[in-house]
Amino acid sequence: MTARTLISVPAGAKRGEVVEIKTLISHPMETGFRVGTNGTPIPRDIITRFTCRFNGEEVFSAELSPAIAANPFISFFVTASESGTFGFEWTGDNGFSVSETAAITVE
Amino acid sequence: MTAAAALLARLAWFGLTLAPLAAAAADIPAGERRSGYDFMGRELRAMQDDDAANPGMLSVLDGEALWNRADGDAGKSCADCHGAAPSGMSGVAARYPAFDPASGRPVDLEQRINLCRSQHQGAAPFAFESRELLALTAYVAHQSKGRPIAVGDDPRTEPFIAAGRAVFERRQGQLNLSCAQCHDDNWGRQLAGATIPQAHPTGYPLYRLEWQGLGSLRRRLRNCLVGMRAEPYPDVAPEIVELELYLAWRARGLPVETPAVRP
Repeated sequence: MTARTLISVPAGAKRGEVVEIKTLISHPMETGFRVGTNGTPIPRDIITRFTCRFNGEEVFSAELSPAIAANPFISFFVTASESGTFGFEWTGDNGFSVSETAAITVE
Repeated sequence: MTAAAALLARLAWFGLTLAPLAAAAADIPAGERRSGYDFMGRELRAMQDDDAANPGMLSVLDGEALWNRADGDAGKSCADCHGAAPSGMSGVAARYPAFDPASGRPVDLEQRINLCRSQHQGAAPFAFESRELLALTAYVAHQSKGRPIAVGDDPRTEPFIAAGRAVFERRQGQLNLSCAQCHDDNWGRQLAGATIPQAHPTGYPLYRLEWQGLGSLRRRLRNCLVGMRAEPYPDVAPEIVELELYLAWRARGLPVETPAVRP
């Protein structure tokens, strides 16, 4: 099954208002330090970078490490300056890449 | 004569009604029943309550996709028979485990989904604890969120509830413990760093942070039995469903929370 995402962006905001953005993505975040039942190491499989762009311009990004739990939840705050579209991108090991968008209307 | 017979009949009636009352004396009264949710910290409760932060909701989305996907020889999806889940499945999970007339035994929600797959879709059953079965169960159970658990109204389930109670109250394993010793007699007290909950299965399948994923009540029971150093029941054992049925009956009236979050 493909990676599922849950994104919470308020549909509307007042100009200059600080709004919270919450993102959740399904991913095992396998550390690479564990071994399977037969003693062979389980290869690392994590998300390494999360980026949030607003109308193409990067407004928030994070580097993820093996110590982060499965299904990473990332929340952050932005100031609403104009209407537009948020672009979210998760990239990681084994060519993992997922993109989502969410629109906000600023009055 | 008639007066004595009437007295005897009344005594017999008292005897019959007092016996179950005496056996139920150690049960948690309805007013004191509390979900595991109430034993968690503020942060975890907030995580469960916010659909954008509850990682169990990712599996509910998976389950929604499976609900609408045609499968098996019949080429039918769940939705082809049951329609949209929010209306068709509302309140269903609150009545499970339920009596299955075909087998003459109670079945839990996972087994019901697999019966549906083999009988109506002509598809292979999902393995217990598989991502698909957990997701579909979570999606169906989520449609009953907030509805009170209503198990035990069906008189055909009564002998199985009694059998489940016997398992719950039976000492087993190397530590010679019963489920009831912790969850009936000592709930709310500390066991090492953790508070002992009342063991109400209100939110299964649930997202356990320790598991880093969704898990079923079977997995939780297996955990408990291993902790008691008892031999866990196989997935197909009748005791598992009887125990699940008794636990649901014991939690009747508490709202369904699926997908719950637990530490």
